[in-house]
Amino acid sequence: MTRRTVLLFVARHAVAIALSVMFLAPVVFLGLTSFMTSDQTLTSQLWPTSWHPENYAEAFAKAPLLRYLVNTLLYAALATGFMLLASVPAAYGLAKLRWRGRSVTMVAIVCMMMLPPQVTTVPLYLFWADAGLTGSLWPLILPMLAGDAFSIFLLRQFLVTIPDEYLDAARVDGAGEWRTLLKVVLPMARPGIAAAAMFQFFYAWNDYYGPLLYTSENEQNWTVSLGLASFRSMHHVEWHLVSAATMLTMIPVVVLFFFAQKAFVQGVTLTGVKG
Amino acid sequence: MSLPLLGGAGTSRTPSPRLTRLRRRLTPYVFVAPTLAGLALFLVYPLVSAVYFSFTRFNLIQAPEWVGLDNWRFLFEDDNVVRAAKNTLWLVVVMVPARMLGALLTALLLNQVKRARGVYRTLFYLPALAPPVAATLAFVLLLKPGTGPVNTALSALGVDNPPLWFNDPAWAKPSLVVLAMWGIGDLMMIFIAALLDVPAELHEAAALDGAGSWQRFRYVTLPSISPVLAFAAITGIIGTLQYFTQAAVAASVASGQVTGGGGISDTFGYPEGSTFTYPLWLYVVGFRYHVLGYANVLAVVLFVVSMTATVLLLRRFKEFTR
Repeated sequence: MTRRTVLLFVARHAVAIALSVMFLAPVVFLGLTSFMTSDQTLTSQLWPTSWHPENYAEAFAKAPLLRYLVNTLLYAALATGFMLLASVPAAYGLAKLRWRGRSVTMVAIVCMMMLPPQVTTVPLYLFWADAGLTGSLWPLILPMLAGDAFSIFLLRQFLVTIPDEYLDAARVDGAGEWRTLLKVVLPMARPGIAAAAMFQFFYAWNDYYGPLLYTSENEQNWTVSLGLASFRSMHHVEWHLVSAATMLTMIPVVVLFFFAQKAFVQGVTLTGVKG
Repeated sequence: MSLPLLGGAGTSRTPSPRLTRLRRRLTPYVFVAPTLAGLALFLVYPLVSAVYFSFTRFNLIQAPEWVGLDNWRFLFEDDNVVRAAKNTLWLVVVMVPARMLGALLTALLLNQVKRARGVYRTLFYLPALAPPVAATLAFVLLLKPGTGPVNTALSALGVDNPPLWFNDPAWAKPSLVVLAMWGIGDLMMIFIAALLDVPAELHEAAALDGAGSWQRFRYVTLPSISPVLAFAAITGIIGTLQYFTQAAVAASVASGQVTGGGGISDTFGYPEGSTFTYPLWLYVVGFRYHVLGYANVLAVVLFVVSMTATVLLLRRFKEFTR
């Protein structure tokens, strides 16, 4: 190696390491705070002077965290399942079948994907109030039975890349469209489906606006995000407990990521466009 | 699944060619039927009724009553909407380019690094997955005036009056940008993939012609990834137009006031309205004041603005709808 390449190597890694520290620091600090005493959180000491894992138990005692977690899990799991049920066939229809109205439908899907949720909030809230479902998470779950615009878009982007020859081969063998979808397309589209499912799961897990809108009056149905944002004592934020609860909401996300890192990375790149 | 009327797969006689053709023509609609219903119910219907409601006065108890242009006239007397729109515009102008630049620079860096690239990539990406509420809480803690680690470090470095971050009207929005920069990982991944797609031959040819690294970036890399940049910019703008959670939570937690999930809107905008974004105002008008007619005026305006960006996207990327 020449001197120049050595210097470049060192410089690049120095910057990358510095950036790694910056990206990690907030979580590390949050983790440390979650083990401090309440008094120590008010000081500028970074390292816990004594370790208090019981903060995690106290966080569960102070707020119905377990219920929030169960609610969030139900919301995320049902929304994801329903979304897949409707979005996969729709994406297949949009990517691989020819029919009148297909491009108009694609335009509508892109519009819906790009629509800020606040635009339709009032009419939809009234709609769900009429149905007697405000106060619950159903207004966020049931629409997924019609598919999710972003997921359809993502899945379509993926399915378009599957060569038509595979589908034609199945059709020549006499398979109908449903069998082609199930036996040929689904196995090939597994990474795309995994990515769409994970994005949907994370979206629901992280969602704050939806649960705030529909369940804020009914604490029974709060999600972790909603509970977390309201997690404090009468007079100040109890940082040791908030940190513990916050760590708890991050852990499932990180675990899921490490289990499905490959599908995820592939999915993220699909959300862009090809250069 | 088969349509009973058109003869299922189990029928012994061969269906007539006309029926087969009809069935083949109709099958696609079966695939997309739930989605078409969803588009009608959750896109077309609420958009049409939002426009209608914007000409009415009503709340959760009283039925809509036609008031003509009253709500629309109020839009021009509403100081809050001006303040909220200015804050949202500020975020669009600062946060979107900052995130894109940060993501592009980290992507370029990781493209140069060979060893441990995967580790760096994971570390840079993970914060983008953090729940926004959790991330916001972490940053309010991190940037706490007085005893927060960032200000402790700044003091140790000899900064006399470190910023009060989320508690200072001048610094609250920049603090939100700092928070947004922590989550650039998803954009970075998209850019990394785009950079890998830049044909290596082009770089080699340019290098042979004596182009330096800046010139290669400017004349080879940038044109190749420009569709990806355009896509990121447009979706970034639309995402920022709906910026809600982080602003709501940061204000609520930094203010230190007690708020329930339902009463969180009491602290919206803290400090001094500096984090009061357009969607927050829409939410307050609709769900705290229950002035639903005017809330729909705000919704229609937001729709028109975001639709402009969407039209740009659709025209730039025709392949999405082909």
